Amino acid sequence: MSTSAIETKVKGIIADQLGVGEDEIKVESSFIEDLGADSLDIVELVMAMEEEFEVEIPDEEAENIKTVGDAINYITNHKK
Amino acid sequence: MSFKDKVVLVTGGSRGIGRSIAVGFAKAGASTVVISYAGNEAAAQETVGLLQAAGAKAEALKFDVSDAIACANAIEGVVKTHGRLDVLVNNAGMAVDGLVMRVKDDDWDKQLDTNLKGAFALIRAASRPMMKQRSGAIVNVTSVVGEMGNVGQAAYSASKAGLIGLTKSVARELSSRNIRVNAVSPGFIGTDMTSHLSDELRQKMLEGIPLGRLGNPEEVAQAVLFLSGDASSYITGEVLRVNGGMYM
Repeated sequence: MSTSAIETKVKGIIADQLGVGEDEIKVESSFIEDLGADSLDIVELVMAMEEEFEVEIPDEEAENIKTVGDAINYITNHKK
Repeated sequence: MSFKDKVVLVTGGSRGIGRSIAVGFAKAGASTVVISYAGNEAAAQETVGLLQAAGAKAEALKFDVSDAIACANAIEGVVKTHGRLDVLVNNAGMAVDGLVMRVKDDDWDKQLDTNLKGAFALIRAASRPMMKQRSGAIVNVTSVVGEMGNVGQAAYSASKAGLIGLTKSVARELSSRNIRVNAVSPGFIGTDMTSHLSDELRQKMLEGIPLGRLGNPEEVAQAVLFLSGDASSYITGEVLRVNGGMYM
């Protein structure tokens, strides 16, 4: 899967999970500061991405995923 | 109290307190009441009949709540089949009595796994669909024994006390999603679980109950219904005692 395809899917998941418009979601957007996510939202996002991309995101890695770009990078690097 | 259009899952729902809870929801208008049961097929089917007679869609799922994968599958199945899950009642429980010096590891594990880990596994699985819905109610059935201890019930009381801690932690975690988590703590209720007690022990226990009688399962069910519905919309992390004053 290409990075741009991953980016599109990730943004779709975020829009669905956080109830924000896809046009508001930028690569540099912070989940908590820009998109209004709380800690439960982050857990749900991580679980949704794990399912969609069939990757495992350990808790210690999830802590470092703070922006949309972080998520896209993690999935790009770990997706089989 | 109306549970119109609500989907309810009651574990250990084939007999005793669980059956009364399930039937209580059906009578209060729940559209769907799913019960889980460990093995008593005849009792489960009888309960399904009672639920249908009360006007609810009913389903009985056979699984062991101490099996976390079975719990996850059950929740997934309920959400898939019925579209949502509004109320989870963790009622399934078991007791193997014995003085602490004689308690076998297996019996300890069985009680903790069924009474405490089972509730945890079901809550973990149910929290996701409830979070998505932005609503839900979870009621854990604990016991007076979890609050005051009892000779010969070290494991049972530990498991039931554990449920109270679980209730309060999860109540805090899920509060922002409008999911309330409470416990009901029955005292000495007349069911199969208490029928084996000797007359002498029964008499002694009655002396410790200000209302002077055993409770009945319907009285526990009423408390569970209260904590599951809008009537208790500002109550979470609470332990509601239904014990005739046995422990205050």
